[in-house]
Amino acid sequence: MTGVAIVGAAETTRLGVIPDMSELQLHADAALNAMADAGINARGIDGFATAGFRPTEVAQYLGLKPRWVDGTAVGGCSFMVHVRHAVAAILAGHCETVLITHGESGKSRVGKSGFAPAPASFAGQFEAPYGVVGPPTMFTVPVLRYMKDYGLTHEQLAMVAVVQRQWAHRNPRAFMRDLITVDDVFNSRIIAWPFHLLECCLVTDGGGALILTAADRARDFPKKPVHILGTGESSETPIISQMESLTSSRAFRVAGGDAMREAGISHTDVDHLMIYDAFAHLPIYGLEDLGFCKKGEAGAFIVEGNTAPGGRLPTNTNGGGLSYMHSGMYGMYALQESVRQIRGEAAAQVANVEVALCLGVGGMFGASGCVVLATEPAT
Amino acid sequence: MASRPLPQPTPETQHFWDGARCGELRLQRCQDCLTTYFPPRPFCPECSSRNVTLFKASGRGTLESYVINHRPHPAWTEPYAIALVRLEEGPRLMSNIVDCPQTPEALILDMPLEVVWHRQNDQITLPLFKPTVRPAVGPVASPAANRGAP
Repeated sequence: MTGVAIVGAAETTRLGVIPDMSELQLHADAALNAMADAGINARGIDGFATAGFRPTEVAQYLGLKPRWVDGTAVGGCSFMVHVRHAVAAILAGHCETVLITHGESGKSRVGKSGFAPAPASFAGQFEAPYGVVGPPTMFTVPVLRYMKDYGLTHEQLAMVAVVQRQWAHRNPRAFMRDLITVDDVFNSRIIAWPFHLLECCLVTDGGGALILTAADRARDFPKKPVHILGTGESSETPIISQMESLTSSRAFRVAGGDAMREAGISHTDVDHLMIYDAFAHLPIYGLEDLGFCKKGEAGAFIVEGNTAPGGRLPTNTNGGGLSYMHSGMYGMYALQESVRQIRGEAAAQVANVEVALCLGVGGMFGASGCVVLATEPAT
Repeated sequence: MASRPLPQPTPETQHFWDGARCGELRLQRCQDCLTTYFPPRPFCPECSSRNVTLFKASGRGTLESYVINHRPHPAWTEPYAIALVRLEEGPRLMSNIVDCPQTPEALILDMPLEVVWHRQNDQITLPLFKPTVRPAVGPVASPAANRGAP
């Protein structure tokens, strides 16, 4: 039960390759679309949160005069964490209407700064010297341990990408839409063995924005409110080598558990699921750490079609970071799909979605945020 | 070929890099709760005690997980493995495996490793690891050809 709702939600007008727009303008394009969705303009917003940029830069660019600001930046799940912080701020009376923005020129890199670790950071001292080349060589490192401990096969890992492409096939805005097979995954080039290209997320441009306000004010906005039932957050490690267990994310367990407890829901209440999929093993870890599957059973659960179109737990229904879009901090797009499914306006709409759970990851298993959304406020 | 990106020690990690320069893998242990931990810091991450000491670790460990990177890096010829080593004393660290083919057939999870020191310059020597017993090279129950072994 939170008493706060999402009353505006939108992505950038275009997704994919947008070389004619700076990263800052991607924030603004999404924000303007979300304001239009909520029927307000900048004067109707008094709280602001973002990651990637300092909130001062984006707020001034948008002409906001915020009385509440949050710049929490814990990677791609920052936006789930912003939702949680905004709920608290609205309930505390610190502000009434919060805008959360994301924009990232991940592919075209227009107006984007690099992110090489400082040589004195833990990443600079204890990982960079060993030849890591971005997330594909770090986020992926735990999976061989998982495969040996729990018997996950290469075929099962590949099936994560195959199933998500089935969702993307139904989504005109997805970047990759052609159906694929396990052999297609194995025949795509190796990025960091055991990961092939099709088991790694896309790198594209885009943005998204959300507008939140108290549920009792939500009737003043044109769209049916999307109620926030529960939220959770945690952080675990700045470097993958110090993840507590290589086969489970403590941050997932904390954030997911807190969100579900606050929402007062059980697993059978969840009609729709989003699990941030930067790489193919993420949905497997997420399904288990959230408690939808027992340890070691998520690979088979996905292969059996439970998360696929027609399955009993539709998951990553926009196609996910593997097929829909991935700008770098994908969490905003997972939230957008959860909102669309609750509103009943998704491209691959699932029937009768009343409760949607959205789990984000930040860094490389470094942090997590989780949000539970619903058509109705908690009773 | 460019050099590896090298660490810049801080006051809190200097002892580790000083140890590396003279061939000692130094870890820290809490004197209150006896936790052995890494990376270095002057307090225990388990119980927050400042009562911690340095000791010389055995340099032995096992291969806990890895990937074989195929993405280009200015200081490497790919493919090469980026490995997680579980030290005998408990902590895990990232490193590279040397004196071993960089293949799934040769890099067998849980195989025993021992530290070897690779000097980079006057300040920095890196702890790398080599197999304690050279693994049999040849087909092992791991990736079939159609999985695209590197």
